[in-house]
Amino acid sequence: MAVIYQKSAYLNDVKRHYCPGCSHGIAHKIVGEVLEEMGLLEKTIMVAPVGCSGLLYDYSNTDGIHALHGRAPAVATGVKAVHPDKIVYAYQGDGDLISIGTGETVSAAARGENITVIFANNSIFGMTGGQMAGTTLVGEKTSTCRDGRNPQVDGYPVGVCEMLAPLQGAKYIARASLHDVPHILKAKQMIRTAFEYQLNNRGYSLVELLCACPTNLKMSPTDACRWVGEEMTKTFPLGVFKEE
Amino acid sequence: MKQLMKGNEAMAEAAVMAGCRYYFGYPITPQNEVPEYMSWRLPQVGGVYKQAESELASVNMLFGAGAAGGRAMTSSSGLGISLMQEGISHICACEVPAVILNVARGGPAIGSIQPGQADYYQMTRGGGTGDYHMIVYTPGNLQEACDLIQLAFDKADQYRNAVAVYVDGCIGQLMESVEIQPRTPDPKYQDKPWAATGWDGKSRPKARFTSVFMDAAKCEAHNDHLQEKYRIIRETETRLQCVDTEDADIVLVAYGTTARICTSAKRMAEKAGIRVGIVRPITVWPFPYRQVQEACAHAKAVLCVEMSAGQMLDDVKIALNGTKPSYLYYRLGGMMPAAKDICREIVRLNEEVR
Repeated sequence: MAVIYQKSAYLNDVKRHYCPGCSHGIAHKIVGEVLEEMGLLEKTIMVAPVGCSGLLYDYSNTDGIHALHGRAPAVATGVKAVHPDKIVYAYQGDGDLISIGTGETVSAAARGENITVIFANNSIFGMTGGQMAGTTLVGEKTSTCRDGRNPQVDGYPVGVCEMLAPLQGAKYIARASLHDVPHILKAKQMIRTAFEYQLNNRGYSLVELLCACPTNLKMSPTDACRWVGEEMTKTFPLGVFKEE
Repeated sequence: MKQLMKGNEAMAEAAVMAGCRYYFGYPITPQNEVPEYMSWRLPQVGGVYKQAESELASVNMLFGAGAAGGRAMTSSSGLGISLMQEGISHICACEVPAVILNVARGGPAIGSIQPGQADYYQMTRGGGTGDYHMIVYTPGNLQEACDLIQLAFDKADQYRNAVAVYVDGCIGQLMESVEIQPRTPDPKYQDKPWAATGWDGKSRPKARFTSVFMDAAKCEAHNDHLQEKYRIIRETETRLQCVDTEDADIVLVAYGTTARICTSAKRMAEKAGIRVGIVRPITVWPFPYRQVQEACAHAKAVLCVEMSAGQMLDDVKIALNGTKPSYLYYRLGGMMPAAKDICREIVRLNEEVR
């Protein structure tokens, strides 16, 4: 019998801790598929964040380094300095990348570090139980903005791609969504392009993935995906923001 | 060949000559000549200099480079080291080799840019979370600083831990005659099968660096492993210098430039007929408790001299464990003690305990 589908060699058999309907599993899967298809698995060094995806180094068949909260781009910078010929990528959530890690994110992009960042944006702090994040939508209810994010009190969400694209060191900046299969396939293509940029020493690349967090959105997985597709994409429009 | 060099530049060159190839740092006085020197020197030897956006970033770049198997360092001064504390704790917990140079100034907080030793607690106790330690060298002059920064790289590799060289700004800023020899990295520790270099799935276990343990029992087991390492370091890595302590009535305990000033104070007091010894800790973690107590065995009194308000005195008291009276003389905020003032204190103390 022919094998028509199997999981990427990037992923091992360790039991995941993710909630039902969480997008991290899809994100790991497509990152792994791209690395495997490009023949880069043995060359890859992964930097994991603090947050729900903080145990990624235990799920992937790559060398893995756990960064402190928000510092993944700095850690990846250090790794890449030692191994310029290896593929170095950081996987970060929105709490990690934008709330506590803005400085490292902007600076790594501005320096044009030849690293790739996969940015899982689910608009909320997942691991700590659903608090407001730097990417929480206006009106979105969280445990620290119970009546919905109020710009008069809480300010506005940050568009990471919009912020990074003008930086000269940022070379490939794109946003995709994981709410349905056609969008997942587009996301995979963007991830491939980002790793191609790194492979060709073209500089900093980032792919933002709009992700569903059904547990903290207090929705069913289906409804959470619908919300990502219908609501999140209004604040965070999809597309390639920079490609040079 | 001896050369006349500025302290910070000499320490940077010593690091390069010991095989340091990666430097990450952020400007702060009085250590700026270190990043400046590294920025042009490292590319000459195939190394990499990165100017970080903050000390938060520096220490995490250092962590990444160390985890990747690189011989790496950062430098800063007290309040930059403050920003690194979480990173130092993480480096020690993840067992990554790293060298950290602190060219200390007057504190607290922004303080002054003149020489200080008020980072003693910060260096020996740390501000990071949990039960971790760095080996902390306190050289007494520039030559020793160059020698110890070279040793620091080997010790970092040997113990897979952060190792600090902690000098006051005087050592960083003074020009002195030094001889910097190439030091070949200790071959015993240059095979780094634990480093993140890309994994082929078979030739070694997967490289994995984390300080997270979701299971408390596993976290405790990891702590026990670290504590066993620190026990070995305490037993084998303490260093100090004792001068004329065997028959001294007054023993001074001091490190760094303060110990050098104490040498002048000792000579002055000896002219007044007082027998003075000096104990100079060269590691302040691990602190040479047993050796300090032995060196003070004959003394009538022990005088701790610091550019901090009794921070090292705590360790001296632990060492003496109530066997001798201990006293303190200090200057703060970037002001250095004068030999004549220390001498006056010795004379006063000698009268008091006679």
